[in-house]
Amino acid sequence: MGLQALFFYLFAFVAVASAFMVIASRNPVYSVLFLILTFFNSAGLFLLTGAEFLAMILLVVYVGAVAVLFLFVVMMLDIDFAELRAGALEYAPVGALIGLILAIELVVVVGGSTLSPEIASNAAMPIPPAAERQNTAALGDVLYTHYAYFFQIAGLVLLVAMIGAIVLTLRHKPHIKRQDIPTQVARTPETAVEIVKVKPGQGI
Amino acid sequence: MDAFISTYVWPGVIMVAQSLLLLVALLVFIAYVLLADRKIWAAVQLRRGPNVVGPWGLFQSFADLLKFVFKEPVIPATANKVIFLLAPLVSVTLALATWAVVPLNDGWVIANINVGILYIFAISSLEVYGIIMGGWASNSKYPFLGALRSAAQMVSYEVSIGFVIVTVLLCVGSLNLTDIVNSQRDGLGTMIGLPGSFLDWHWLALFPMFVVFFISALAETNRPPFDLPEAESELVAGFMVEYGSTPYMMFMLGEYAAICLMCALTTILFLGGWLPPVDVWFLNWVPGIIWFVLKASFVFFMFAMVKAFVPRYRYDQLMRLGWKVFLPISLAMVVIVAFVLKLTGWSA
Repeated sequence: MGLQALFFYLFAFVAVASAFMVIASRNPVYSVLFLILTFFNSAGLFLLTGAEFLAMILLVVYVGAVAVLFLFVVMMLDIDFAELRAGALEYAPVGALIGLILAIELVVVVGGSTLSPEIASNAAMPIPPAAERQNTAALGDVLYTHYAYFFQIAGLVLLVAMIGAIVLTLRHKPHIKRQDIPTQVARTPETAVEIVKVKPGQGI
Repeated sequence: MDAFISTYVWPGVIMVAQSLLLLVALLVFIAYVLLADRKIWAAVQLRRGPNVVGPWGLFQSFADLLKFVFKEPVIPATANKVIFLLAPLVSVTLALATWAVVPLNDGWVIANINVGILYIFAISSLEVYGIIMGGWASNSKYPFLGALRSAAQMVSYEVSIGFVIVTVLLCVGSLNLTDIVNSQRDGLGTMIGLPGSFLDWHWLALFPMFVVFFISALAETNRPPFDLPEAESELVAGFMVEYGSTPYMMFMLGEYAAICLMCALTTILFLGGWLPPVDVWFLNWVPGIIWFVLKASFVFFMFAMVKAFVPRYRYDQLMRLGWKVFLPISLAMVVIVAFVLKLTGWSA
């Protein structure tokens, strides 16, 4: 148990500290890099609770894809963050309100499970013990067997969002020459080459 | 106190010793892979390749190592020093970290975790950070262009690699790398009554995926013909322009560690890992590690031949191949494989 607690405090401390640095550092690129460190340590925390699949997916999706896009945007766009911060105080009440709501929700969730531990057994899909069922297989049961239709609907919602994004950004400019691989491959000497006998001293 | 020593100290010491052993073996292997790469390339072009240091140039990589280490590291004045030096470290650390879950033989693995293949996929998707950070921190045009190209390329080909892995996982039913290899003991060959042989491995049953994985692995590791991030004819050396001496060597080391990992992964997913090519007694008697290294070396030989044969892709062709060819093929294969497994009842 001692080792696990040690690792928990290590991951948790680094996660909180780097999350603080995300908003504290002046250079936006540093912010994104600290964000990545935060994700990494959260993945470590997931591993400690036995949620190995979630930990790896967090790394693949958030660190491997989403944070890369963040980094792209921050590196390519020349954003003046000092200017953006100038009006930050105006939004402070809204931010404080959202923070308060989150804090209350956290207290309700944690308090509820401490006051009446039997709540956990009321879950629609109780977590099977790690020795019996692997984490990944248990998640698969929930998503693909018991709630397959809801999962499909969630996928459709994402598909609609994706199509929407593509429709919004897709522009076909009429005068651009595009490479059409099938036409190129389908070319034969008959259609592509014209053989002309040129007599000496004459043009074509 | 005794309990503490027997639960924490001894396993810790053993783990550290195993890791060191694997690292040393891997680094020596990488040194000779580098040499082999240059020798094969030279042979295709009817040159001799490095042949001065040691017999047949066998110590060339070590001479290069010393040369890099003793050079003075030059950091550009306008570079972001911290990230500039952090980038090669990230690159090499991540590339070596993936090896923790690679099984070299039955049970020869440092961390035999349930989600081994996902771990490799996750860590190798992080390798792009070394390149982006290096390109950005150099604070100059060519490195930044190289880094952007590289990031787009690696993110694109990860998608098809992911789907290829999914098809293999569908056939295996486990994310554990040891299970993936052991599941290839029986397959197409044993189904028609032959004894266990190389016909059982996934390369035959999932041949299109094998090809897609091989080409995507080339793109993922920035090997020619997909070496656009460091295309020397247009970008000088891409994200590595400003690097020299030890940091440059670490980038190279990270790159080759990633290449070796892709060879090992191809071996595990498609070529039956440490299983002998035919299930007979004198081949079974050969230790599995030898089969593993032989197969991985064969895959690397193919990597090197591709480098020697194929001209570099244009950038839009590279993107077209990734998004318009490999993604639909691999996605369709996931659906087909899933249906076949479900309808025939072959899945466990």
